[in-house]
Amino acid sequence: MTRRRTMILAAVVATVTALGLSACSKSLEATGDLDKSKLTIYSAQHENLTEEWGREFQDRTGIKVQIRYGDDSSMGAQIVQEGTGSPADVFLTENSPAMTTVQNAGLLAPVKASTLAQVGDQYHPSSKNWVGIAARSTVLVYNPKKISEAQLPKSLMDLAKPEYAGKWGAAAGGADFQAIISAMLATEGEARTSQWLSGLKSGAKIYQNNIATMKAVNAGQSAMGVIYHYYWYRDQALDKESSGNTKLHYFRNEDPGAFVSLSGGAVLKSSKHAADAQKFLAFITSKEGQKALGTTDSKEYAVGKGAASDPKLPPLDSLQAPKVDPFKLNGPKVISLMTKAGIL
Amino acid sequence: MCALPLVVVVLKAFESGAGDAFALIWRPRIGELLVNTVSLLVLTCVISTVLGVGAAWLVERTALPGTAFWRIALVAPLAVPSFVNSFAWSALVPGFEGLAGAVIVTSLSYFPFVFLPVAALLRTLDQGLEDAARALGHGPWRTFARVGLAQIRPALLGGVLLVALHLLAEYGALEMLRFPTFTTAILDQFQVAFDSRSGSVLAVVLMGIAGTVLTLELLARGRVRHTRVGSGAVRRVTREHLGRATPLALFGLVALTALALGVPAWSLGKWLSRADQASEPANLGPTLWSTLSLGLIAAVVTTVATVPAAWLIARSRSWFAVAVERVTYVAASLPGVVVALALITLTIGFVRPLYQTTTVLVVAYAILFLPRAMVATRAAIAAVPPELGDAARTLGDNPVRAFLRVQLPLMLRGTMAGFALVFIAVTTELTATLLLAPTGTHTLATAFWHASASLDYAAAAPYAAALVVLSAPLTYLLLHGRNEESRT
Repeated sequence: MTRRRTMILAAVVATVTALGLSACSKSLEATGDLDKSKLTIYSAQHENLTEEWGREFQDRTGIKVQIRYGDDSSMGAQIVQEGTGSPADVFLTENSPAMTTVQNAGLLAPVKASTLAQVGDQYHPSSKNWVGIAARSTVLVYNPKKISEAQLPKSLMDLAKPEYAGKWGAAAGGADFQAIISAMLATEGEARTSQWLSGLKSGAKIYQNNIATMKAVNAGQSAMGVIYHYYWYRDQALDKESSGNTKLHYFRNEDPGAFVSLSGGAVLKSSKHAADAQKFLAFITSKEGQKALGTTDSKEYAVGKGAASDPKLPPLDSLQAPKVDPFKLNGPKVISLMTKAGIL
Repeated sequence: MCALPLVVVVLKAFESGAGDAFALIWRPRIGELLVNTVSLLVLTCVISTVLGVGAAWLVERTALPGTAFWRIALVAPLAVPSFVNSFAWSALVPGFEGLAGAVIVTSLSYFPFVFLPVAALLRTLDQGLEDAARALGHGPWRTFARVGLAQIRPALLGGVLLVALHLLAEYGALEMLRFPTFTTAILDQFQVAFDSRSGSVLAVVLMGIAGTVLTLELLARGRVRHTRVGSGAVRRVTREHLGRATPLALFGLVALTALALGVPAWSLGKWLSRADQASEPANLGPTLWSTLSLGLIAAVVTTVATVPAAWLIARSRSWFAVAVERVTYVAASLPGVVVALALITLTIGFVRPLYQTTTVLVVAYAILFLPRAMVATRAAIAAVPPELGDAARTLGDNPVRAFLRVQLPLMLRGTMAGFALVFIAVTTELTATLLLAPTGTHTLATAFWHASASLDYAAAAPYAAALVVLSAPLTYLLLHGRNEESRT
């Protein structure tokens, strides 16, 4: 075959491919792609909790929802990149820094006053652009066979000391951990945080996530781990397979290690279903909506007025959390400090 | 098309000037990742070569019993995705992690990429050359080194190249084993900042490594011809009798199979039987369906899209053809997330209606897996004598008819092998799928990843098992396509 004919043939094949591609994907799109008529929720929150909220909301109001799952930081940044054309109507996070990122990009609509009134004043920012939907506490999980209670550090800051090197772990790549560091940055300042991060780099094992961290402590591969409380309580309520050999240590005393992180919910300014989106936020912060935090075994703290948290948890106000403004936690700064420390 | 993501990544990395990008490259973390990535690359490539060539020689060139069985058993590990393999190992051996763990898991997952082409070639070698070497006074070892190795070199290099490119893009298996490489670091960057400049800079370094690997392979391949001139009678190879070494050799093959197939099978079986301990029941039906349809669509599209380029490369060795081929390889060594992010940037910026649609996902798969189809299709086209098409033309067929009637049927088998490779790759793809899949679409791989991220082995096992079952028939197709091709 001559060269020219080969080219013609190539062109024909390419055209057929392109046509086939669009036809095939059309048929699949009918079943899988984004349905613009539904309320679209971008959720970094737990899948079973979001699922439960979505299902109950749909049953009560008849408004159909679809949920896209992701992680705090990446999903927040994704919404920023999508900008005003974002398909998202509602954004739910596990921690507040990602929400602050989206708020700073000017993409959030004000939350209805009646919804804000359903949670305490300390659970929504003065900007009123988003609302707290749940809370979680930092804890130190430890294996008593590997380290005695007396030897435990008095403060989260002590973990960076050489004496604890090689004895602890954390999921440093995750948004949960970065929220803790953002609180540390707020209470201890940049110099001490940087110093602590280099202690982490040389002395800690980095795990994939909180569950992997807890399992490593449980198996004795690490003596201590920095995690959020609910992983431990959830496993204790099940078969204790991943936490049976471990105990929890609360730092209290307004230590950075006693940080309580606020999960947030918000409506996007660009939402085509703004009214429905506001209804959704109103529902999940209501007494009924907050019940899902208990029924789904999420073991997170409820933040709604009059909504009870799981009785197994130490009361939220007994944790002596540090007084940080969750609405000003600086995510990007933390990431650049962690990059400098060589963790990212 | 394949070059597009590369361009987007480079532009992004140098967005705020070369100095800034340089500052991001020149830091201790990059050195650390470089050491990890390169040691993994070197160790796994060497071990895969030893395992692949050794097993191929034992199966094809010795009188060991069970040739037909071993041919299948040693290709079958391709049906076990590497992250399923690392899941199996870490569920079996507590504390299984780091470089050693990563090398073991990736070698066991990827050695068939070497075994497959080398075995196919060894089967068809001409005994005459080896006899000549022996007659010239070389002992058996030197004969193998000077004649055997020289002859299998192109096949071996092709296989090792595939292993290397897979390693560069590997994420799931290494993340699970706590072994950070450029690809896992890029994923970390993605998680903290979605489409960050720092992530793009890492991707540019990764592209550099891929470029180096490709150049090395090109240099190592050389310009030497190893084919016979003229037809003549090829003397079938004689198989060596191993004598007393037979049990040892058999034990080696059994052990390799047990490690590569037995461990995942045992581990999956164990956790499948404990399915009741899963925190949530597996939702197999819809996941299986979306995986199957995505795999089929993407495999068809990719294979068909490969034909023109493969034709060009097989029929001419111009620098342009070589460049086309190499660019597709670089794109394939990038982790899915990088290609996905580039496509997101492009669709958000230029073709908004396509954002978060299946079309974009299929395009990403095609970019990522084109080389796999390319390798097979190119060989298939090369095996069709150009004269046949011309003969059909002289008999009155127009070019299209001649292609459809003569060339297409002849290349079909080899192309099917490419199809199988792409299908397996799509069903096990993780990071691009997580990012680009339309809202609400889950595949077996993403569902598995979700469950295994919380170390919920019982919940993850059904998805892993379904993946293996889905891929298994295709490894047969792979074997079949290869056999055919090697006989021509």
